[in-house]
Amino acid sequence: MIKDITIGQYFIGNSILHRLDARMKIILTLAFIVSIFICKSFPALALMVVFTFAVVLISKVPVKMVLKSIKPIAIIVAFTSILNIFYVKGGTPLIDWKFIHITSNGVFTALFMAVRIVCLVVISSMLTYTTTPTMLTDAIEKLLSPLKIFKIPVSTLAMMMTLALRFIPTLIDEIDRITNAQKARGANLDDGNFIERIKALVPIIVPLFVSSIRRAYELADAMDCRCYTGGPGRTRMKQMKLHVRDFIALGVVALLIAGIIVLNIYFKAVLVR
Amino acid sequence: MPILCAKGVTHLYNKGTPSQSKAIYDINVEIEEGELVGLIGHTGSGKSTLVQHFNGILKPDEGQIIVDGKDIWEDKKATREARFKVGLCFQYPEYQLFEETVYKDISFGPKNMGLSEDEINKRVLLAAEYVGLKKELLEKSPFDLSGGEKRRAAIAGVIAMQPKVLILDEPTAGLDPKGRDKILDMIKSYRERTGSTVLLVSHSMEDVAKIATKVLVMNNSRVEMYGTVDEVYSHSEELRKIGLNIPQVSKVFELLKQNGCDLGSAYTVEKAAEIILRRGGVGV
Repeated sequence: MIKDITIGQYFIGNSILHRLDARMKIILTLAFIVSIFICKSFPALALMVVFTFAVVLISKVPVKMVLKSIKPIAIIVAFTSILNIFYVKGGTPLIDWKFIHITSNGVFTALFMAVRIVCLVVISSMLTYTTTPTMLTDAIEKLLSPLKIFKIPVSTLAMMMTLALRFIPTLIDEIDRITNAQKARGANLDDGNFIERIKALVPIIVPLFVSSIRRAYELADAMDCRCYTGGPGRTRMKQMKLHVRDFIALGVVALLIAGIIVLNIYFKAVLVR
Repeated sequence: MPILCAKGVTHLYNKGTPSQSKAIYDINVEIEEGELVGLIGHTGSGKSTLVQHFNGILKPDEGQIIVDGKDIWEDKKATREARFKVGLCFQYPEYQLFEETVYKDISFGPKNMGLSEDEINKRVLLAAEYVGLKKELLEKSPFDLSGGEKRRAAIAGVIAMQPKVLILDEPTAGLDPKGRDKILDMIKSYRERTGSTVLLVSHSMEDVAKIATKVLVMNNSRVEMYGTVDEVYSHSEELRKIGLNIPQVSKVFELLKQNGCDLGSAYTVEKAAEIILRRGGVGV
């Protein structure tokens, strides 16, 4: 059951999206998220959806995996849609019965918000699908490096992130092992009410913490032995370089944002704020 | 009637994915009550996978596991019963300790069985005695014990359930020779005192020779041989082929035989010494 969790779910591939510079990908993803929130009319939204589809197609990540990333947020989407339908007023009334008042504006807003959230999640999951966790942390370190002026230890933070990601599979194995050992002593993890189930986790969590702390000490010693001193001045084996394709991607996203602004001006806004 | 029985048991890893592989394949084995079986095989031969089937931690993809005459996957109750009938102690069991005191940790299993306070108390004290844990250690935190003591405390946690079959997965891994002998002696005397069946997973031919009555050899996901220590260890050629080495002293005896001094066969240093001394008495 625990093996189904896919954090840092990288999908091996060699598409143009995989080869884009990770720094550029992060910036473009952020730009896309901003543009989602500036788009106000349906034609602009349609442009976003088309762009999202294009990105998925280019990445060659199976649609099934993309859908998997939407599944966890399905409840949130449904919840916000329902709230929007009932609470947004204005426009033509569609249903007006006792305490239920549904207006056209409510339905449009609900639809608009749902599409927005789905696009947002799909595009950000495309970032993790096409970028390895190490590339991501490297890129984050590079992008945050201006913060060094404020004495923020950026490279140490990046190292922490890399280590955290590296140990997720190890911890999952560890949980499996401890769970089996406690099951062998008759621990009952599947039955009982909510409180009982939480109590049943104690025999798993305590050994997990103990071994994690032990592991952390061992890792610190191992890093010491290899003369890791942290801080600035560490060089990388893989240098990040911007290629022509990165600038083309930048251009495409710039065009997208320009298109959205134009469409926002020429068409009526759906969202009334 | 055998106490443990595997009938055509097959277990697949990563079932349904392209990397599907057979962890164990068509295992047929019967273990009689009261035996001390040594299960040997090199890393990746399927030893640990097989023993995790005996108490229902893993479910076979094909075949049946029968404990004490009952199929353990017949219903939920049977599976839970198997957990207590077959006590499985995993590799590096000290990493399962979690309670505030050693006493409480050892009583975790019996508590899960729903026994009375009196019975639990009796079992904990008895189990601690079997593994040679001093009484004053019982009120300490398990995290304050030494490595060897932790391991013995964890084994006591399984023994306290008083299972009919005790399975130990590499109980001596990572211990120094003294700690190893202590554990092996403990297992031997536990079996002699309780008369229960013990399954000892190991890749040390020496350890198995010291205490086992029967040997089960696994290779490449299958059972390669099953028989008494003498039967199995006499096939030294086959054992070598699958990457297992017979004990050093047996090798010495083999070489002596090849050079015209047939002393019979010995698998432990003690036995070898006995043979040589006897021979010495009549004058070689």
